[in-house]
Amino acid sequence: MNDQSTVGGPQTKRDFLKIVLGGGLLAWLAAVMYPLVAYLKPPKQGEVQVTSVKVGPVTGIAEDSGTIVRFGNKPVILIRNASGEMRAFSATCTHLDCTVQYRKDMGMIWCACHNGRYDLSGRNIAGPPPRPLDEYRVIIQGEDVFLSKNT
Amino acid sequence: MSRIGKALYQWLDERLHLDDLVTFMDKKSVPVHRGSIWYYFGGVTLFLFIIQVFTGILLLLYYKGSDQLAFESIQFLMSKVSFGWLIRSVHSWSANLFVLSAVIHMFSVFFERAYRFPRELTWLTGMLMFFIALGFGFSGYLLPWNELAFFATKVGTEIVGVVPVVGKPLMVLLRGGEEVSGATLSRFFGFHVAVLPGLFVVLLSVHLIMVQRQGMSEPLEEGHQQGARRNTIPFFPNFLLRDMLLWLIVLNLLAILAVFFPWELGKKADAFAPAPAGIKPEWYFLFMFETLKRFPAKVLVVEGEVLGVLLFGVAGLLWTLVPLWDRKRDQGRRNRVLMYVGIAVVVYILVFTIIGWLA
Repeated sequence: MNDQSTVGGPQTKRDFLKIVLGGGLLAWLAAVMYPLVAYLKPPKQGEVQVTSVKVGPVTGIAEDSGTIVRFGNKPVILIRNASGEMRAFSATCTHLDCTVQYRKDMGMIWCACHNGRYDLSGRNIAGPPPRPLDEYRVIIQGEDVFLSKNT
Repeated sequence: MSRIGKALYQWLDERLHLDDLVTFMDKKSVPVHRGSIWYYFGGVTLFLFIIQVFTGILLLLYYKGSDQLAFESIQFLMSKVSFGWLIRSVHSWSANLFVLSAVIHMFSVFFERAYRFPRELTWLTGMLMFFIALGFGFSGYLLPWNELAFFATKVGTEIVGVVPVVGKPLMVLLRGGEEVSGATLSRFFGFHVAVLPGLFVVLLSVHLIMVQRQGMSEPLEEGHQQGARRNTIPFFPNFLLRDMLLWLIVLNLLAILAVFFPWELGKKADAFAPAPAGIKPEWYFLFMFETLKRFPAKVLVVEGEVLGVLLFGVAGLLWTLVPLWDRKRDQGRRNRVLMYVGIAVVVYILVFTIIGWLA
């Protein structure tokens, strides 16, 4: 009945309706889906930009120890080695986001989750971590220790 | 039947034609053969799911789903609420037995080749339910908001994040932000008590209807004797009674585990404490955990974790789609290669789970 060669008025009318209705349906779907998808995406929180934090007096940090310091909403590990020298690194393991710790017995930075190891310069030396830890600057002003982003 | 019972039955029968159902139940039978024992694990899994729903609803009466209150609400539940410790312990133990029973059910169906024509869709719905069961385990693990749960969730969601292209947005979607936080707990709570149960019940209904429609699968060798007299037992009451007896045994086992090995709560999560030594995921994720631990940091140019996650993804997909590419079994022939692959998978999972357990 609807021979292709006899494309006439009714056929075009039908095509026209198909496009209008089909397009309308797509637009309707998009109008429903867009707010839903957007809703699932969490809004960016107005985060306070932290550029430096005060840790405390130098005397409060024991030699041969590691302390986790709150840097904004990120953990930073402050290491003081046996000779009293201080360095700080991001405490977030570069493998899968766990928080690392200082291991006195190994003399290195260790991640408990998958046995990742970093030396005291933050270099990944064993286990699965693919990258070194980001370093933070340790600033000593008078008696106090401050950490700041290494930009 | 008493007079009232008879009258009630008649009243219902006039409206719902129960006689059809009774005739159907009367005729329904279950094949008997050397592998019949494996039929029971589907039922046990179902039973444990019912226990999960029941105890889960009870836990909801006291649980508070926020990072400030979750840990404390479970502390309260376990120390102040009468039998709160028992309900929580049963829920945790039952969750583990549920996954175990589902694993046994899945492997028995695989080795009995019960996924072949015409039961491909039954396998597929079963696999989807299995993944949802893992989702239940993963999301439920976070809800007490303790140290182990916090880092397990960090690692688990970070693994989603390493998947190329879709991983990062998906991770943010799961976490409700860039980091694991109270927002993650809210989302996981919602997944655990609403989204996953809803999906699961739909799939479960389809799964059971298909089992009902097609009857239970029989091993290939038995299938050849279709014409001959098949060995069967009536479903009602013989099979059902055996089913119920096993359920009773499982319930007792559950009670023993829950009472003598009560589930611990651990330490409250602290985003600024290092991951505790000896941290491990639940046993059913251990083999993947051990494997990822052994992957080198870099394989050629690809990061080890990306490769590991992709390999597990592909393996899981192939396993799920096995009825579609295992053509031999459709034709009623054995597929020895696949049999060995199955055995290798079981051995690999067992060995790596034991290594992870002992480590």
